[in-house]
Amino acid sequence: MTSYLARIFGSSPVAPLQAHMDRVYQCAKQLIALFNAVAADDWQKVGEARQRITELEDEADQLKQAIRGKLPRNLLMPVARGDILELVLVQDKIANRAKDVSGLVVGRRMRLPPQISAPFLAFVARSIDAVKKARKSVRELDELYETGFRGAEARLVESLIEELDSIESDTDRMQTEIRARLFALEKDLPPVEVMFLYRVIELVGEIADMAERVGRRLELLLTY
Amino acid sequence: MEHVTAYLILAVAFGLFMAWGIGANDVANAMATSVGSKALTIRQAIVVAAIFEFCGAVLAGGEVTATIRQGIVDTAYFADDPELLVMGMLSSLLAAGIWLLVASRRGWPVSTTHSIVGAIVGFAAVGVGLDTIKWGSVGTIVMSWVVSPLLAGVIAFLIFTSVRLLILVHPDPLARARRFVPMYMFLAGFVITLITLFKGLKHIGLELGAAQAYMAAVLIGLMIAVIGKIFIDRIEVDRKAEKKFHFHTVERVFGVLMVVTACSMAFAHGSNDVANAIGPVAAVISVAQTGIVGDASAVSLSILLLGGAGIVVGLATYGRHVIATVGRRITELTPSRGFAAELAAATTIVLASGTGLPISTTHTLVGAVLGVGMARGIAAINLATVGRIFLSWLVTIPAGAILSILFYFTLRWAFGELA
Repeated sequence: MTSYLARIFGSSPVAPLQAHMDRVYQCAKQLIALFNAVAADDWQKVGEARQRITELEDEADQLKQAIRGKLPRNLLMPVARGDILELVLVQDKIANRAKDVSGLVVGRRMRLPPQISAPFLAFVARSIDAVKKARKSVRELDELYETGFRGAEARLVESLIEELDSIESDTDRMQTEIRARLFALEKDLPPVEVMFLYRVIELVGEIADMAERVGRRLELLLTY
Repeated sequence: MEHVTAYLILAVAFGLFMAWGIGANDVANAMATSVGSKALTIRQAIVVAAIFEFCGAVLAGGEVTATIRQGIVDTAYFADDPELLVMGMLSSLLAAGIWLLVASRRGWPVSTTHSIVGAIVGFAAVGVGLDTIKWGSVGTIVMSWVVSPLLAGVIAFLIFTSVRLLILVHPDPLARARRFVPMYMFLAGFVITLITLFKGLKHIGLELGAAQAYMAAVLIGLMIAVIGKIFIDRIEVDRKAEKKFHFHTVERVFGVLMVVTACSMAFAHGSNDVANAIGPVAAVISVAQTGIVGDASAVSLSILLLGGAGIVVGLATYGRHVIATVGRRITELTPSRGFAAELAAATTIVLASGTGLPISTTHTLVGAVLGVGMARGIAAINLATVGRIFLSWLVTIPAGAILSILFYFTLRWAFGELA
C-alpha cells in the first residue's frame, strides 16, 4: 500500500548539500597534512594525504550527482532550483582544486624552499579556514529553510559570510607576501621550479576564492 | 415491498464496508501528517482519530449525509417505484466501496467523496433517467471540489505567513512560540466549535442561539489554549539537539499545537466523510421502513453512530498500517508547517460540512500543503504528483458511475425486477 499524500513531498536538498560540503571540507583539510609532510620531506605521508584527498573528492562527486538526480524540474521550492545546483557546483570545485593541487605536488615532487615554508603553511591553513567558515554557513541552511530565509537567522548567515570574506582577504594579503619572498629567491632556484611554486600558490589561493563564492551563493538565497 | 429485510441487511453491510474502507484509508491520510511530524505516536493518533472522527460524524455529519441521501437525485421520481431508489443506493455503496478498495491497493489517488457522488449520479442517470438528477445541486458539489482546495490553500498560506512573521523571524523564536502558539490553539478550538454549533446540534437535543454559540466557542477555545499552555511551559530545552538544529525546541512547541489540529482534522474528516458511507444507508432505511420515498426527516442518530463505528473499526484494523507507512514518508512536514496545513484543511472541511457540501478531505489537505509551499514553507513539493492527485477525480467519477450502473442492473436482476 502506497499513499499519494506521501509522494507529494520531494526530498529536501538541505541535508545532502550539508553532507556534500562536509566532505568537501574534509577533503580540503588534508592539504594541511600534505604540505606539512612536504615541508618535512616525508613522502610516505604526502602519498597518504594525496590518497585521502582523492577518495574524499570522489565521495563528494558522488554526493553532487545524487543531489542533481533528486532535483527534477517540476518541484515547488522556496529557492530557485538553479541556485541550489550552482551552490553544489561551487562547493564541489573546492574539492576539485584540492585534488589538482595534491596531484601537482606529488607529480612534481614539490620542494618547499625553507625561506617561504612557514608563511606558505600559514597561508594554506588560512585558506582552509575559509573553507571551514563556508561549511559553517552551509550548516545554517536548515535553519534558513525553517525561517523562510528571513529575519534573525538570515542576519546571522550574513555575518558568517562577512567573516568568510575577511578570511579570504587575509589569504589574498598572505599570497602577495609569499610571492614577494619567492621573487627574492628566484635567482637561486631552477626557473621551472619557480614557475611551479607560483602555480601551487595560485591554486591554493583559488580554494579560498571558491570558499568565498560559496558564501556569495548563499547570499543570493537571502536576496528573495 | 417484499424484500425489506434483505434490503436492510444489505444496506447495513455495504454501509459498514464503505465506512471500514474510509477508516482504513482516508483517515490515515488525515492523521499521517501528525505522525510524520512526530507530534503523535501511531497509537495516540489512532485514539485521537477514533474519538474525534466519531464526534465529527455524530455531531456534525448530518448535513452532508442529507445531501448524499437526497441532494443528488430527485427522490420524487422514485415515488412510484421506491425499490429502484433502494437498489440504486445499494449499488452505489458497493461500487464506491469496491472502487476504493481496488484503487487504494494500487496506490491510485482516489477520493471517497468523488467515488460515491459519481456512483449515485451514474445509477440515476443511466439506470433511471437523466431527469432524476438534481443538476443544479450536483453542479454546486462539483464547484466545491474546485473551491475547497483553493480556500484551504489560501488559509494555510496566511496562517503560515503569520507564524513566520510572529515567531520564526525573531531573534528569540522560542519565547515567541511559547507566547503565540496558545493563541493558534484558541483559534483552532474557537473556529471548529463555532462552525459546528452554528450548524446546529438539534439531533442530540442541544439548541443554542448565536450569542450562546459564540460564548461556547470562546470558552472551548480558551480551555484548549490554557491546557496547551501548561504542556508548552513544561517543554525543556534540549541543548544538544538545539546545537544541531536551532529550532528543535520551537518545533516541539508547535508539536503540542499539532495535537490540537490533529483532533480538528479528525473531527472535520468525520463530519464530512462519514456521510459517504451512511448517506445511502439512510436513504435505503427510510424507504424500506416507510415504504414511501423520503421526506426530509433528519438523519437518525443511530445511523450516524453506525458510520462512526465503522470508521473506527477500519482505522483500528487496517488504518494503523497505512498511518505508519505514510507517517514515515512525510517527515518533511515539520509541526510548524503541518499544523498550518491541518488547521486550514480542517476549517475548510468543517465549513463545507456545515453547508452540506461533500468535499474531498485529501484534496483539501493537498491544497493546504500547497499553500504552505507557496509561502516558502516546504523544502520541495513534487508538482507532478500534485497534478496527478487533482486529475484523479476526472477518472474516479466515471469509474464509480460505471461500476454502480453494473451493480444496479445486477441487483434488479437478482431481485427479479428484470425479466
